[in-house]
Amino acid sequence: MSQAQSQTAKPSTFISRYVFSRDHKIIGLQYFFLALTAALVGSAMSLLMRLRLAWPQSRWPLLEMIFPGGFGDGLMKPEFYLAMVTMHGTIMIFMVLSVAPQSAFGNYFLPIQLGAREMVFPRLNMVSFWLTLASFVVLMSALFVAGGAPIGGWTFYPPLSAVASAGPGQAAGADLWLVSISIFCLASFLGSINFIVTTLTRRTKGMSLMRMPLTCWGWFTTACISLLAFPVLFVACLLLFLDRNYGMSFFEPAGLVVSDRLIEGGGGSPLLWQHLFWFFGHPEVYLVIIPVMGVISHVMATFARKPVFGYRAMVAAIVAIGGLGFLIWGHHMFISGMNPRISIAFSVLTLVIGVPSAVKTFNWLGTLWGARIRFATPMLFAIGFVSVFVSGGVTGLVLGQTSLDIVFHDTYFVTGHFHLIMGVAALFGVFAATYYWFPKMFGRKMNEAMGKAHFWLTFIGVYAIFVPFHLLGVAGHPRRYADTLWFEFLKPLQPLHILITIAALVTAAAQLIFLFNFFLSLSKGARAGDNPWDATTLEWTGAASNVEGDPPVVYRGPYEYSTPGATKDFSMQNEPM
Amino acid sequence: MSRLLAIAIWLTAIITVGLFAWPKWRLPESISAHSAAIDHQFKITLIVIGAGFALTHAALGYAVWRYRAKNGERASHSSGNARVEIILAAITAVVFIALAGTGQKVWTQLQLNQAAPDTMQVEAVAQQFVWNFRYPGADGKFGRVDPRFYNDADNSIGARPGPLGIDPADPAGKDDVVTTTLVAPVNRPISLTLRSKDVIHDFYVPALRLKQDAVPGMKINIHFTATREGRYEIACAELCGQFHHQMRAYLDVKSPRDYEEWLKKNSK
Repeated sequence: MSQAQSQTAKPSTFISRYVFSRDHKIIGLQYFFLALTAALVGSAMSLLMRLRLAWPQSRWPLLEMIFPGGFGDGLMKPEFYLAMVTMHGTIMIFMVLSVAPQSAFGNYFLPIQLGAREMVFPRLNMVSFWLTLASFVVLMSALFVAGGAPIGGWTFYPPLSAVASAGPGQAAGADLWLVSISIFCLASFLGSINFIVTTLTRRTKGMSLMRMPLTCWGWFTTACISLLAFPVLFVACLLLFLDRNYGMSFFEPAGLVVSDRLIEGGGGSPLLWQHLFWFFGHPEVYLVIIPVMGVISHVMATFARKPVFGYRAMVAAIVAIGGLGFLIWGHHMFISGMNPRISIAFSVLTLVIGVPSAVKTFNWLGTLWGARIRFATPMLFAIGFVSVFVSGGVTGLVLGQTSLDIVFHDTYFVTGHFHLIMGVAALFGVFAATYYWFPKMFGRKMNEAMGKAHFWLTFIGVYAIFVPFHLLGVAGHPRRYADTLWFEFLKPLQPLHILITIAALVTAAAQLIFLFNFFLSLSKGARAGDNPWDATTLEWTGAASNVEGDPPVVYRGPYEYSTPGATKDFSMQNEPM
Repeated sequence: MSRLLAIAIWLTAIITVGLFAWPKWRLPESISAHSAAIDHQFKITLIVIGAGFALTHAALGYAVWRYRAKNGERASHSSGNARVEIILAAITAVVFIALAGTGQKVWTQLQLNQAAPDTMQVEAVAQQFVWNFRYPGADGKFGRVDPRFYNDADNSIGARPGPLGIDPADPAGKDDVVTTTLVAPVNRPISLTLRSKDVIHDFYVPALRLKQDAVPGMKINIHFTATREGRYEIACAELCGQFHHQMRAYLDVKSPRDYEEWLKKNSK
């Protein structure tokens, strides 16, 4: 008891309250602002890539002043382009998409929605955040060492990433990448323990598992995935680090000659890395999207004024996706040289995982059916999410087939597919969550007119960017190419690259509306009451968490909207029957 | 707002489906024995996913159009319908698994069946950022190679050891032909063994509908039959370093007579 009191007692100094904070809400916000910073950096990098792809022979003297090593005579060097490929992917996947939906909003809202006072291990929570921040700092430092950032892509396949002489950026930059990702793995692993134990042991009275909001199911399932997936990547990074620096060769066969030099050692397998990496890497996709699925269901019920259609099916689908997600990593390796027989099993399982994903889509549509939809900005992003989730999802049925993967593997078709389903869909979820929970986090509402402008430009923009990606892929365009100048079959595709770059610049500019709205609303937004959206779950009861006093008691399920006979069209979870 | 959003959702679906149906954005020309089957499977899959995509967007747009909030009205109270759910999930499962099944056809034919023993053998060896191809010569045998002998400086056809490091002491290697262009006789099955000297590369010929990683330490065998004469581009599809985007070679598909002539001219 005394320990619990000490954990919930208000810290007295600024440093202990806002910097080395053990308050889940502050930690959630710290994660949020880390993800926001990383998103800005990662997006800026994507724009640099887009400039080279659209106008490969244009000179950018202004950019050369900012990145003297990355340009020569004003032209962007291909190794700088590839460094941006690697860093954009790494930053977006780890520092943005793995952080914002889970660590930021999960930390803030999981305890509140469960009626818990705090995460069960507040000190560990603080350590998780600071490790994540350290990981980000180490990653960024790779840009400033000799040779620059690594050029091997976020998948970091050895031997390219194992041999320092294999290219610019493959020396110190690659070591820093490995250190950064190892720290990130540790942080995520510790964080996942906190989420799992909190969910299992700190639910308030009446909050049975099947009364949890779907957001909590998302965060809980994702934590289970993190717990199993990140240690594998951690070990893979450790082995590769030993290969690079301590003469081991887990991933390098004998007889490797790189840059005219015979590499010592041997007996390792490049495919071993791919198995370890994708054993993490595929579940990673689901640990990005599952908490977002929770957010979308949650927001959709609120603004549809209806219970979530098929709550139990939604829970089952989340758990099924989380479990099946561990059995399909091999679909990244159909053409890797792996035994082609096992590819067939991976292929069938990959298409099977489409079924629970389709169930979720039906149920979102079912939630809208017969609804009375309020078109506030969070709901616009939730509806937009369903659209991009379907658009990005259906192309998975192409790539999951072994025969067709021969054609589309490592082309822009893949890049378009995962940007829609993982990047854009997840960001729509993050935007929905931000507009939705802003009143709870900051006591004010974000501006609706700016929110709507942001939604429209983003919704149209992402389609204008990523549908052409698929068309490039159908035409056979390989990904990670610094330009189209060297191949006859790529030259006719150049106008598409220009179109994509213009769409990307406009869409990126539209995000400035979001930033402006966000920071302006912090001080100037309309004051929000305790429950501005007429929602039902515990974050809207108006009670502050992390304080002394009795926890709320839960009497009902999470989404009791428009219940016949009730006086209001929503009944909060803590309202007695 | 609701009407506008519904229209936007429908337009998105119409434009996207239209773009994929527009013949301008089709697959590259196809020139291999198995490519028609792959293209057919792609077409079937596109129709299936196009239908799914269009139906969900039609429904989403309809819900957005029809069910906007009106003053004082309450939403219908429904928390699910197990029967509808099971039926829809079952239909999806059948369609998806059927796609998964048919999607294995070409794969099985290409990957699980070995080429006939008398198939013409060629070796493709990748390195940063060059392709080399080797023919076994009249004896039908490849000479021994050793990384210690690699000599990128001399890559003339008759060079020993040359870029592939052919052991000058091995008689089987004396008549090996090493080129930077893959020359293939039309309509004749070719068994191609992929190797890499340094990092992972990927042998990618869009026109053949063929893509396969070349992994250092492994010999990966693929086979194909080119069915139309001409010159086609070979690219690298696995990120292999700084000049990955410049790693180009050509596939020359020749008539049997031209091929024999070419081989004779380049053999010692």
